[in-house]
Amino acid sequence: MKQSVWYQLDRTARGLTPFALAVLMVMVAATPIHIPELARIMPAVALVAVYHWTLYRPELLPAPAVFVLGLFQDFLAGGPVGIGTLVLMGVYGALLGQRGFFYGKSFAVVWMGFVLVAAFAKFLSWMLLSAYYSMAVTPDAFFFQYLLTIMIFPPISAFLLRWQRNILRQE
Amino acid sequence: MKQRQGPVPRVVAPVKSLVQRFAYVGLIMAAFGIMMLGKADTVLFETVRAHITDSVAPIMNVLSRPAATVSEIVAKGQEIIHLRAENARLREANSRLLQWETVARHLEHENESLRELSNIATDGVNRYVTVRVIGDSGGTFAHSLVLSAGQRQGVRKGQAVVAGEGLVGRVHGVGQLSSRALLITDLNSRIPVLVESTRLRGILAGDNSQRPKLIHLPPGGTVAPGDRLVTSGHGGAFPQGLPVGTVVSVSDEGIEIQPFVDRHRLEYVRTVDYGLTGILATSSGEEEAKAEEEPAVGTTAPVER
Repeated sequence: MKQSVWYQLDRTARGLTPFALAVLMVMVAATPIHIPELARIMPAVALVAVYHWTLYRPELLPAPAVFVLGLFQDFLAGGPVGIGTLVLMGVYGALLGQRGFFYGKSFAVVWMGFVLVAAFAKFLSWMLLSAYYSMAVTPDAFFFQYLLTIMIFPPISAFLLRWQRNILRQE
Repeated sequence: MKQRQGPVPRVVAPVKSLVQRFAYVGLIMAAFGIMMLGKADTVLFETVRAHITDSVAPIMNVLSRPAATVSEIVAKGQEIIHLRAENARLREANSRLLQWETVARHLEHENESLRELSNIATDGVNRYVTVRVIGDSGGTFAHSLVLSAGQRQGVRKGQAVVAGEGLVGRVHGVGQLSSRALLITDLNSRIPVLVESTRLRGILAGDNSQRPKLIHLPPGGTVAPGDRLVTSGHGGAFPQGLPVGTVVSVSDEGIEIQPFVDRHRLEYVRTVDYGLTGILATSSGEEEAKAEEEPAVGTTAPVER
């Protein structure tokens, strides 16, 4: 029985790591990197995390976790709160129904999926921000952020896959 | 667990899925509600934001150090490469500055005697706090910095944030241990400025791009690329004469300003209390939101007369 308790604790702790990692990634992305113009177009790491876990292990980053992650990101960013959350929730909901399509597909297909989803997400963020301020916000930063985000997807996703295999020891 | 798998899941599964779907829709609505609430009740959200930033500030403080170290090493390497050219440039600058020094001494003397005559009190700096920049966040949504000091260290809302080169922005939210600076490039930033040479008044309006725009110039007022902008002191938020930026282009789309401060280079900044209780001293969020927009018209209007 005792062993079972420890086993459960261990399992829970491991199960929490995807969320903790995502939070940490958001914080790292918010530190000053001292590269010209990068702060403005810092890749949307939370989006990468949500896409990854929703496709591979949605139970490890369920809707409430996505919600909290989005709020944390929005509060830290200093902009309007709720826009990033809405976008992440939208991506989560849209992907959950499409998991079957991606099942067993190669990484290239998953990446292409991300290219599409990220485009949708960035467009949605731009729309929501423009609606929030009721003016067309300059879209260039969103575009460059999109490019950086799809470039950063493979390394982060590879890292998360490795984490999934070695730390979570599942699948 | 195994035994229970029987007819139960057939009932439970749809219910569970329904609950999950309901929860999902609920969360979407909550996010939307929070967005609307954030627009209406800025004070509450500022408090929550300050608490959240406070709680992660120690972590971000640690995280920001390696990044700073790497950039320092890169900068040192670049310095060594450009040493010769830099040296020549500095010699030239030095001889030019020596001339300026004599001019400045002369002016200072003149200024002092004039001041004695008119009995003007200098609005000196009351106090300042030097802080580390521990977060450069916001991305596409906002342009703000997280600073490593808060209320306890004497940082107050509305204080000017300056670096060696000039104005960075102003303190926008304050927690106990951390604070947040709104950059002059942010969409919500409106700063009363003067064209240094012609004394034309205007408003520097951020738009989330790298280059804020100069708006509300008096009719007939013209600026040219290369003109320097300084704070005008109107609205009582900043003292007069803080360097802000230079005009880089004038076109139909607006007058683009290149700020003097390089956002990505900022490692330490100062929050300065000039003892000015201007428009930002209002504590109510609604009044403050008004104050941010109103001076754009209010302070430039007298010029037109």
